[in-house]
Amino acid sequence: MRLLIEQGRVVDPAQGLDRVTDLFIQGGEVVALDTPPQGFTPDRRIDARGHLVLPGLVDLAARLREPGDENKATIASETRAAASGGITTLVCPPDTHPPVDSPAQIELIHRRAKQACGVRVHPLGALTAGLQGRQLSDMAALKRAGAVGMSQALHPVESPMLLRRALEYATSHDITVFLHPIDHALAGAGCVHEGRVATRLGLPGIPEAAETTALGLLLALAAQTGARIHLCRLSTARGAALVARAAADGLAVTADVCAHQLFLTEADVEDFNALCHVLPPLRTRADRDGLRRAVAEGHIQAICSDHQPHEADAKLAPFPATEAGLSALETLLPLTLRLVEEGVLPLTEAVRRITRGPADILGMPLGTLSPGTRADLILVDPQRPYAPAAERWYSAGHNSPFLHWRFRGRVTHTLSGGRVIHETAARE
Amino acid sequence: MTEPETAATAAGRPSGPMPPSMQFTPEGRLRHLLTIEGLSPELVTEILDTAESFVGMNAQTVKKVPLLRGKTVMNLFFEASTRTRTTFELAAKRLSADVLNINISTSSTVKGESLLDTLRNLQAMYVDMFVVRHADSGAAHFIARHVAPHVSVLNAGDGRHAHPTQALLDMFTIRRHKGDFSRLKVAIVGDILHSRVARSQIQALNLLGTGEVRVIGPKTLLPAHVEDLGVRPFHDIRTGLKDVDVIIMLRLQRERMDSGLLPSEHEFFQLWGLNEERLALAAPDAIVMHPGPANRGVEIDSRVADGPRSVILEQVTYGIAVRMAVMSLIVGASVNQGAAQ
Repeated sequence: MRLLIEQGRVVDPAQGLDRVTDLFIQGGEVVALDTPPQGFTPDRRIDARGHLVLPGLVDLAARLREPGDENKATIASETRAAASGGITTLVCPPDTHPPVDSPAQIELIHRRAKQACGVRVHPLGALTAGLQGRQLSDMAALKRAGAVGMSQALHPVESPMLLRRALEYATSHDITVFLHPIDHALAGAGCVHEGRVATRLGLPGIPEAAETTALGLLLALAAQTGARIHLCRLSTARGAALVARAAADGLAVTADVCAHQLFLTEADVEDFNALCHVLPPLRTRADRDGLRRAVAEGHIQAICSDHQPHEADAKLAPFPATEAGLSALETLLPLTLRLVEEGVLPLTEAVRRITRGPADILGMPLGTLSPGTRADLILVDPQRPYAPAAERWYSAGHNSPFLHWRFRGRVTHTLSGGRVIHETAARE
Repeated sequence: MTEPETAATAAGRPSGPMPPSMQFTPEGRLRHLLTIEGLSPELVTEILDTAESFVGMNAQTVKKVPLLRGKTVMNLFFEASTRTRTTFELAAKRLSADVLNINISTSSTVKGESLLDTLRNLQAMYVDMFVVRHADSGAAHFIARHVAPHVSVLNAGDGRHAHPTQALLDMFTIRRHKGDFSRLKVAIVGDILHSRVARSQIQALNLLGTGEVRVIGPKTLLPAHVEDLGVRPFHDIRTGLKDVDVIIMLRLQRERMDSGLLPSEHEFFQLWGLNEERLALAAPDAIVMHPGPANRGVEIDSRVADGPRSVILEQVTYGIAVRMAVMSLIVGASVNQGAAQ
């Protein structure tokens, strides 16, 4: 299959590219830009005039709920949702049921993903056996099976000593460790940010220090062990500042933030809106602004969805009893483009945070359109209005506070390995 | 002070799933009572005035009016309670309603039935009003959001969030003793952090234009940004009680000692307990209140609890009248008409 993407505005931060041109695809790869390779006759042309042509999105955190929680969603349903949202590669955390702590789990996920729509799925392995935080997992075997890193997800590690050992052991196998900076003792039974809204509504709070003390420990251990740590889901301005300082000191740490943390605040929890029950919690406007700054300045290299689809019942309870998380694959790109609209950062940098930025964290040659790489790319109509709604929502989880928000910019085509895996109907 | 945070930054965001008017019918009548927040001072005054008309009635030999005749009120208690449940029950019965008490903490939710399922099953029995107590903040809002259009929800305490009828009966008690709120200094002492009663009291006091509302306690028992609720925080009880007209003591739960919030009951009593010596720092005619049940020797000395300035038992008595007032206003019956019958 030879494909010609004609006259789109190709934005590829990895190549420093932003111009209107043609893009040629053959054998599943991007083979050329600007001028066709010799003897190239396309089997299909896609008219990309007025469209953005971007590398397919790389999402560092999407729970696909398989195995174990198929009542919430499946790999098939969620990769389909990802494709509709322009995501061509996603990383899933190991906190499935059972957790991803054996090569068999990795193989299962790979197999299911292969049978699905063509979005690439890369599992993280459990850092400790059963995510219990007491014993190291078989990291080397997990890596051989295809785990792109190790993670403890939202589960605690028993002691700083065990965490240190885990980091050292991972380093011996050249494994990146994905860690959530949460001090579980300080977070306690909290379900919202410990601040004004928690005080008014009488909801148990999670203090800022639950993040910053954990960061202090993780950064100290990064310095001590030389481990490659990726810090997952920053939620506070002070936390982002700590990470920026550590990076300036030469530590090998990277960080991400979920897109919703760049828009919502504790105020959105007002009226006990369970759709805004997330972990880490939505914090203050000052935190949101600090996170936005860290994203703009590149101290946070990746924006992820932190997708957590739920069945309706999971949110039908009094706020503290609801399950945390939102369905977010389909709003990752719209929210990121909105940052550009709101002047937070220029388009190229915004695109970098959802393509090459996360790809670099994974150490994978993804998130670029340079010739010779896999043709994972998307076309976006930047002017087309998009109002996410339940009736044209692909994820099995409808738990999004962004349903009925109005966005500008809509994915029209998603290609994975040169194959069109999603096309948005001209009329939605 | 930073500017107040508004919900969404984004244009085009629809209004939240629960507008502030949720407690009211489209015509502006009270439908649910979930929290004091969002009520108008006029409505609170109307409730208190209505309660006045029931107080006299409660002392008579015939204690019934037919305002809720034919209605079914269900006391749905997911948390143990004696006083609140009993006064709600009496209030409903004196208004001639049929009353059912359901204690769910020992019932079906333990067997894994979801709250929504429980609610739907009970609703299928044609209940007109649920009086709900639940350990989770927001539970009453959640239930109100999911009941059928003809059903009302009365919050009898949800987690740490709100206990509006308790606050209203406290306002009633204060008004009876002190009249005008604007000249009053009111101090609430003890565990503000975990107290739904304190949150609702603070809102009600501010709504009625109270001169000054103070909270007194160690930092471990005051929530973050407590001053945003419209109060002046004090750690020292002696400074805090100076010249106040009303002292409200809160109950201190035993488990607070286990979670490291306090060293001991003994030390709490030493530092924040109300005794006669400290009471003397308040205004000479200050009254002492407690939502009950009181821990004598922990937050309050028996001599004060049983002393001449204590109005603790009055609070219980007025609780019935205030709950009758709320129930009758929600059902929309004209009180004058009912009282005349």
